Amino acid sequence: MARYKKILVVGSGPIKIGEAAEFDYSGSQALRALKEEGISTILINSNVATVQTTHSSADKVYLLPVTSEFIRIVIERERPEAIMIGFGGQSALNAGIDLSKDGTLAKYNVDLLGTKIIDIEKALGRSDFSKLMKAVKISVPPSASARSEDEALSAAKKIGFPLMVRVSFNLGGRGSSIVEDAEGLKGILKKAFAQSRVGEVLVEKYLEGWKEIEYEVVRDSFGNCAVVACIENLDPMGIHTGDSVAVTPSQTLDDYDYQRMRSVAIQVAEAINLIGECNVQFALDPKSSNFYVIETNPRMSRSSALASKATGYPLAYVSAKLALGYKLYELKNEISKATTACFEPSLDYITIKMPRWDINKFEGAEERIGSEMKSIGEVMAIGRSLEEAMQKAARMLDIGESGIVGGTLYHSDLSKEEAISAIKERKPYWFRYVAKALKEGATTEEISRESGISQFFVDKIKGMVELYEHFLNKEISAPDAKHLLSLGFSPLQLNLTKEISVKEIDTLAAEWPASSSYLYTAGSGIEDDIRPKGLSKLLVLGSGVFRIGVSVEFDYSSVAIAEEAKKHFDEVILLNCNPETVSTDWNKVGRLYFDEITAETVSSICDKEQASDIAIFSAGQTGNNLAKAISQRKIRIYGSDSDSIAHAEDRKKFSELLEKLGIGQPEWTDATSSTSIKRFIDEIGFPVLVRPSFILSGAAMKVANNMHELEEYLREAAIVSREHPVVISRFLKGCIEAELDCASDGKSILGVMLQHIEETGVHSGDSTIFTPANLENIIRYRMNEIALELARTLKIKGLFNIQFAIENGEPKVIELNLRASRSMPFSSKSLGINLVESAIKGINGKFEWDGFKEPEHRSIAVKSPQFSWSQLKGAYPHLSPEMKSTGESAALGRNFNDALLKSWLGVTGNKIPKKGILIYGRENRTELLRSTESLSGFTMLYTLESNPIPGCEQLTEAKAMNMLAGNEIDLVIGDGYMPDNDKKLRRLAVDLNIPLVLNGRLAERLSNAFVNSSISFDELREYW
Amino acid sequence: MSQKKRFLYLEDGTVLEGFGFGSSDYKTGELVFTTAMNGYPESLTDPSYKGQILLITHPLVGNYGVPGLKSKDGIISNFESESIKAEGLVVSELTHGMKWNSSKSLDEWLKDNNIPGISGIDTRALTKKVREEGVMACIISDEEIEDAEARFKKSKNYDFSNLVGMVSPKEPVMHGSGNEVVVVVDFGVKHGILENLSDLGYRIIRVPYNYSAEEIMAFKPNGILYSNGPGNPNLLLKEAETFKRLLEYNIPTLAICLGHQIASMALGGEVRKMKFGHRAINKAVVDQMSKRSYITTHNHGYEVSKDALPEDSEIWFNSPDDDVVEGLRFKRMNLLTVQFHPEARPGTNDTRFIFNLFGGMVHGSL
Repeated sequence: MARYKKILVVGSGPIKIGEAAEFDYSGSQALRALKEEGISTILINSNVATVQTTHSSADKVYLLPVTSEFIRIVIERERPEAIMIGFGGQSALNAGIDLSKDGTLAKYNVDLLGTKIIDIEKALGRSDFSKLMKAVKISVPPSASARSEDEALSAAKKIGFPLMVRVSFNLGGRGSSIVEDAEGLKGILKKAFAQSRVGEVLVEKYLEGWKEIEYEVVRDSFGNCAVVACIENLDPMGIHTGDSVAVTPSQTLDDYDYQRMRSVAIQVAEAINLIGECNVQFALDPKSSNFYVIETNPRMSRSSALASKATGYPLAYVSAKLALGYKLYELKNEISKATTACFEPSLDYITIKMPRWDINKFEGAEERIGSEMKSIGEVMAIGRSLEEAMQKAARMLDIGESGIVGGTLYHSDLSKEEAISAIKERKPYWFRYVAKALKEGATTEEISRESGISQFFVDKIKGMVELYEHFLNKEISAPDAKHLLSLGFSPLQLNLTKEISVKEIDTLAAEWPASSSYLYTAGSGIEDDIRPKGLSKLLVLGSGVFRIGVSVEFDYSSVAIAEEAKKHFDEVILLNCNPETVSTDWNKVGRLYFDEITAETVSSICDKEQASDIAIFSAGQTGNNLAKAISQRKIRIYGSDSDSIAHAEDRKKFSELLEKLGIGQPEWTDATSSTSIKRFIDEIGFPVLVRPSFILSGAAMKVANNMHELEEYLREAAIVSREHPVVISRFLKGCIEAELDCASDGKSILGVMLQHIEETGVHSGDSTIFTPANLENIIRYRMNEIALELARTLKIKGLFNIQFAIENGEPKVIELNLRASRSMPFSSKSLGINLVESAIKGINGKFEWDGFKEPEHRSIAVKSPQFSWSQLKGAYPHLSPEMKSTGESAALGRNFNDALLKSWLGVTGNKIPKKGILIYGRENRTELLRSTESLSGFTMLYTLESNPIPGCEQLTEAKAMNMLAGNEIDLVIGDGYMPDNDKKLRRLAVDLNIPLVLNGRLAERLSNAFVNSSISFDELREYW
Repeated sequence: MSQKKRFLYLEDGTVLEGFGFGSSDYKTGELVFTTAMNGYPESLTDPSYKGQILLITHPLVGNYGVPGLKSKDGIISNFESESIKAEGLVVSELTHGMKWNSSKSLDEWLKDNNIPGISGIDTRALTKKVREEGVMACIISDEEIEDAEARFKKSKNYDFSNLVGMVSPKEPVMHGSGNEVVVVVDFGVKHGILENLSDLGYRIIRVPYNYSAEEIMAFKPNGILYSNGPGNPNLLLKEAETFKRLLEYNIPTLAICLGHQIASMALGGEVRKMKFGHRAINKAVVDQMSKRSYITTHNHGYEVSKDALPEDSEIWFNSPDDDVVEGLRFKRMNLLTVQFHPEARPGTNDTRFIFNLFGGMVHGSL
């Protein structure tokens, strides 16, 4: 076995649809696997919010864009002996391929560990793969590859419609489509070609209604294999696996089909000389034993993260060890400890994965799912019955469903026909429509036919509908209650009292004694697998499903809290339901419950574990929303108590408090009576901001420009935050926005001040943020003072964040959140401090200083948002008070331009323009004009005739679109909301992977950075 | 919600209440489990489960119904024998799924075979108990029983009953028409084994387990296969003696599972009861020569002691988990033995090559 001392691991960059926190999980595991060997690890990743970009994960962290250019520089500086590119998604893999092809790896004598590049290319090139499969006599669907429209059309003619068009070397199914005819095919080709880094698409027979099955294979360099999991998608072929509901283990395969596909999966792994892990996707005819191999991904993937959590088999960890040259059976089964990693887990439970979509946050986006992934997060539920897992999953999605049956839609007046047509249209969350259609009398055959979902699963939903209808609003006898609880019915649905047993995930279905700390709860069972000891225990709530506004940054906090709190408790228990996270790595935390984050489950777990305290501040908004319910159950809340939280979250109470303390805020009124609203509007006029309480990421937070809009938004707000007040306030237009991320002991504060480049009105999650803030001392002083006053008045202990708008030199408080913030990992890493560590100190004791303290910055840090417009067909790319970005990138620099440029380039898809910039807009026109001044001579400059910037060549939208398509414009800058003028243009830009800048103030700073910047490439610590 | 009550009594005094399915027969047997997540038609028809009540650890059982029996030359390709051999079935949940090739539901199939099932059981808790306390006798009954303890005392000890006699044929059974003959000494052979032999083109003659060496040699076999089967190998001393006698003829021989244990005893090896048996289809074995691993099907509560190996043998396969002997090779004999099931069913196809090795021996000896 080659002995390495220093290895570079490549991360996946910012979170986008199709590449999310699962790569933080797999990268962190790989780093741990290397560390155990005494290998020094270097990580490159621009995603500041991750766990892996901390020095407890990697010895050296380069917060730099994941592109071959930047990786090359890190290689030059660090001279690693080897590189791992299989743990950072498609981004890392693509960068690795580039580095191998351009000779960098050879030049610096860097070994590429794991599957070889030549084999990766065989696996990912659609036509190469198809040829390879035919060579080893594995059947693939009739298909042909094409590199031009003509080739695609002639291939289509040969194969026949309908067709599935797939793209080589991509992620999230981007650019893929199902097309019915030649016109449809022509319509999608341009995007498809643009989304492939090699300009190749595969035109393939569309296997309508076939089952989609996925196997996860591990293979060592000696050819030893194990097939760790088989995942069965409930959605048929044609729905991206990322958007499919999936069950593990497979439920409808008999041993004959299961084993034949398993053997072929191993043959595929052998054909691509896999070292490590791959998934192999199959299409299986539901009416025969015929199947085809669809594709393989020779790297860690979303499904491998899911499979790891579903089975208890740490695929990334094992994969990293195999890349080092271990034999599969030389590695221990990390859960049983007694057995080896060479086995195939047996599950004595069912897991269901359900995707979470936020499509309705995107104006104009098509609300249907298909071959391009659109979901933003996912949950995994574990149960002892399929029904239990499904109902838990439905609740975990946090979309207001109390289970598979009994939600708002279920009780709506939707007809059977409407429900069935929603199923046919592939509306997200199909379980709601299936349950509704069955309730309204549809047959399971009918649903199965229309949806392509196996009747087995539809029958299960039918059973739930029947039971629900039978027991709704009735007293339930003890034996019936037992049965209903075993099927995952909750007190939110029927007259039940929750009872649980605690079960262990041991990978071996209890065949061997295991000492696992990976647990779930079941509504059935005669015994618990745990015997709680009388220890002091803290239950840390994870943030649950990722959605717009809640992402890996909250997972970072969960992990940080769990690690820090170990110093103060005998045992720390983590509860989460999100398979994409590091916090659900049972090796990372002491004890893990993979379960619902609901008041009922939380209190049941606290009972079973005899936990004394509960930490909710890393659970995003879910945690704060639970605070009240939890405190009523006599469990101690760790940190600020529920009254303080309610005071900050309740908009009305909070505004009153600010008034009492004499702290500036925008004029406001509570939206209780129409007369008070009218009086308020008469006084201050439009625009106004409508703000519901207890929400996150600006859900239903809208700017109303007239009475009509105001009424509409008030209605929406009332739905989002039913039990809590809605407040209307004056919209502070064009102000500078700033924030404080703080840790408090109730008296003193450790804080980091952040400033936004974009003005108020752009959601903070969509803003470009930098620190140290560039504000006058008197403003800074006032902000710090406000933070102290609020912390002392509300007795804040732990983490909090305040957002300010600065109007005429006066900081006005927009909101206060008593929890970990989205920017907290960024704030901490900008200075090399750990706000979580301080917060825990503050909860348990006192700081050594008095008052407000912000450490001195020795560099500039900038954080940029990552958007996923391209995946959301039809969505109009623009900025507003409601958050739309999916992830973030950050960089530290020696000066502002240095940090800004790297941070912006760290966003996937962003490139410095070389040919032409299109710049136009309605807002921030002064800044746009100044941008053109900086950029003059840098590239060609064009503007749109509808909203022109002087001094640039004016184009019609059509002409501009031609130039985008013709590669003559490689950056679009457009500020303002004007879909009538530029929606098609913005859409084309994102479909062609051309970067967009949607704000003039950002454009101005960026233009400066394009023109004059010297880039530094230092390790994180060197900036502190 | 009107499911029929049914009870499961265990030798240690445990009584579990669940729901009845399948037939209403009163059954006793040794409670064993398998962690195979699918393949229940194959498992239930496996003669090795004779005398045993099978618990399946995966919570849903029955999802794809039961297919119609498919056979060629009397060899069944989708079951391991003509009928259900397990005495009863214990599951967490019975399901009623069907797929395109199902002929009936699991419930109906059990009824047709007079086999009772019980569902609604915390199978994980029960598996842990069996794992820790060892296999134990149990009763499936529709009625509550007052004198369970007495009944357990009265019932035969499964370690000492002749289960093999119940599943072995009384007369020789012929399959196929090849030129070369393989005699299968049938202790309850799985049809998966027969199918693999038949795929090699042999004429197969299954003989009763207690046939003498002379009776076996009368068929002029080109190869001999000692099959799997139920029960305690230590009861089969006479059969081990026969095995030893047969070795004198130097006929290529493959011995599987119970066959492997008989072969080992015949050659002076020790066969002992295991603390934790292997009851799964997900287990690795490692070829000690090539260092290659394979995922294989296991169903054994006894093992050949690695400290008292049969004469002239070397370990061919071991289990990397607990170092159990999973296969033996013999220096001067035409003999291969495996503890696991190369025919799988249910299980992976990773070690089908064992049959080809046997085939190679048979051809080499011609």
